[in-house]
Amino acid sequence: MAGEVRPNPPAEGRGGDIFPAAVLSVPDAIPESPEAVHTGLAERGFALVCRSAAFAVAGLLLAVFAVLAINAAPTLHAFGFGFLTTEVWNPVTERFGALAPICGTLVTSAIAMLIGLPLALGAALFLNEYCPHRLRGPVIVAIELLAAVPSIIYGMWGLLVLAPFLSAHFQPFMTAWVGPIPILGTLFQGPPFGIGMLAAGLILGFMVLPFIASVSCQVLATVDPVLREAAYGVGATTWEVCRNVLLPFSRTGLLGAAMLGLGRALGETMAVTFVIGNSHRISASLFAPGTTISASLANEFTEAVGDTYLSSLQALGLVLFLITFIVLAAARLLMRHVERRAAH
Amino acid sequence: MSFAFNPVRRLAVCAAVAAGLVTGTAQAAEMTGAGATFPYPVYAKWAEAYKAQTGVSLNYQSIGSGGGIKQIEAKTVDFGASDMPLEAADLDKNGLVQWPMIMGGVVPVVNVPGVAAGQMKLTGKVLADIYLGKITSWNDPAIAKINPDLKLPNQPIAVVHRSDGSGTTFLFTSFLAAVSPDWKSKVGVNTAVEWPAGIGGKGNEGVANFAGQTAGSIGYVEYAYALQNKLAFTQLTNHDGAYVKPDSASFQAAAANADWKGTPGFHVVLVDQPGKTSWPITGASFILMHKSQAKPENAQNVLKFFSWAYANGGKMAEGLDYVPMPGPVVKLVEGVWSQDIKSADGKAVWPAK
Repeated sequence: MAGEVRPNPPAEGRGGDIFPAAVLSVPDAIPESPEAVHTGLAERGFALVCRSAAFAVAGLLLAVFAVLAINAAPTLHAFGFGFLTTEVWNPVTERFGALAPICGTLVTSAIAMLIGLPLALGAALFLNEYCPHRLRGPVIVAIELLAAVPSIIYGMWGLLVLAPFLSAHFQPFMTAWVGPIPILGTLFQGPPFGIGMLAAGLILGFMVLPFIASVSCQVLATVDPVLREAAYGVGATTWEVCRNVLLPFSRTGLLGAAMLGLGRALGETMAVTFVIGNSHRISASLFAPGTTISASLANEFTEAVGDTYLSSLQALGLVLFLITFIVLAAARLLMRHVERRAAH
Repeated sequence: MSFAFNPVRRLAVCAAVAAGLVTGTAQAAEMTGAGATFPYPVYAKWAEAYKAQTGVSLNYQSIGSGGGIKQIEAKTVDFGASDMPLEAADLDKNGLVQWPMIMGGVVPVVNVPGVAAGQMKLTGKVLADIYLGKITSWNDPAIAKINPDLKLPNQPIAVVHRSDGSGTTFLFTSFLAAVSPDWKSKVGVNTAVEWPAGIGGKGNEGVANFAGQTAGSIGYVEYAYALQNKLAFTQLTNHDGAYVKPDSASFQAAAANADWKGTPGFHVVLVDQPGKTSWPITGASFILMHKSQAKPENAQNVLKFFSWAYANGGKMAEGLDYVPMPGPVVKLVEGVWSQDIKSADGKAVWPAK
């Protein structure tokens, strides 16, 4: 859902000199010809098509929201605000609360960003600054291919390869060494089954990585070469160029790339369903099974019998819609803030 | 403008062609059904064989029992299919008739080092306590006591359940509720419940996967999935207190001993049935149709198919590890067809001429 609303193209705002002036200049006069009337018509028609396309997108968004809101209304009416703050999810007694899926969605996305963001940024910087020219093309293609792998493949890999590995090696190790530490240790308790919040977060991290890396790479490439060369010219090291030139000059775009990744992590369904353990409970341990909003929907929608149950699932969808909306809006605000501060 | 491109005429030709197509499909007769995913493989196999014999095809969408019930209520399909029988009151409210079509068994499977299929014995109470999260280790005295021959490790039990709503879960929780008052009061019976413990796998294959690769796990799957994935199923105590192994014979014993005749709407859940050899978690998958049929010839087509499947589909069902309905039950079902399913003007649709 979030992927459709793309952040501004990275170069906007500071890319005035990317387009040579000649391209932007308009011919002084349109030559008179018998086709002029035709051109006018075509012009207006084209404008109309474009405008309706834009309105259709906005209309679609509103329609989705409206349908979700209408179908979720019985649940929100029955449980009120408590729907967001209770953990119970009981189809037998028809009592439903969204807290466990909301927590699961936020926690797994946070783990994903924690892993995906540094890796992606590192890869993008390497490709732009360190990578031998001949290697750059193939690595970029590899990253983009990674982005094209269907999510169910990630899910299967997570279930068949990652989860057994976590269960046999990583989890016993963490429980033994980090487990005894107070507070931090609670994150690594419980029997090592492999599947759980941690596995889901890791898989999501791998899934958002190529998206963030690919966009970041393009963003970094748009930094004016003159700036980089000037910095190198005054004796800056590669690290100094990255830190003082590349990153500050492309932070808006990088933020956009991160948000794109976060949007995907929040809404990802299939891969998460495979490895998260699908349990409507909140646990302090990252090894414990949990669920996310989209995983709950994928699991339960087909066989949900009863109006309250169905309505609650749609209310979950509405909550996800709102979370994604808030995240994107916050990202926009943040970007504007960063831009304004940079302008001063 | 040449006459050949006269739009009106072209429209007329199109309409004629379309009409021809419509009557064409009506003659080729297609039955439509929607619902349960569990019986889908056997319905598909029957449909294929039936089409080869009669030319009548079946369009069955395995969208889940919940969806099947909704579709038949909305009359968008000729029949609906559900793994969970509807209550007689719900049937009457929507003018529906329901009967069991095919059976299967649900078996607990365990992944404990050194324990092969059929070796571990469990009672209903112990199984319920494991799923309630009260028994958390394989060397718990409650398990050790009934398995004196097995060497049970000190290993945490990974409880695996279905994450999606499912007829399998309905049968499993029905059994647990029948044998454990605790389960009945704390969790209850449904196609999806609030699980007190464990991890959820999507579909039988999801549970089979988790149970297969997680050491120390216990799960429950349709019998066929346990066989195909070579999972270690357990023995269970039945209503008569005897330990039984799951197989075709013990599923059929459960069905034979059930009281189909005295239960309105065939609302029989075959858990904890009497009989020394009955497997305690057996269940049927049900077909739903409207009592009043606006198109009696359609209904007749569908009933002919089901009657054919009762008579000729047993071998195919067994090949896929399903259990065919016993003969006496089939007689009862066909009796209900002729009694309850009528055309709009009140004529019985079955037996078909």
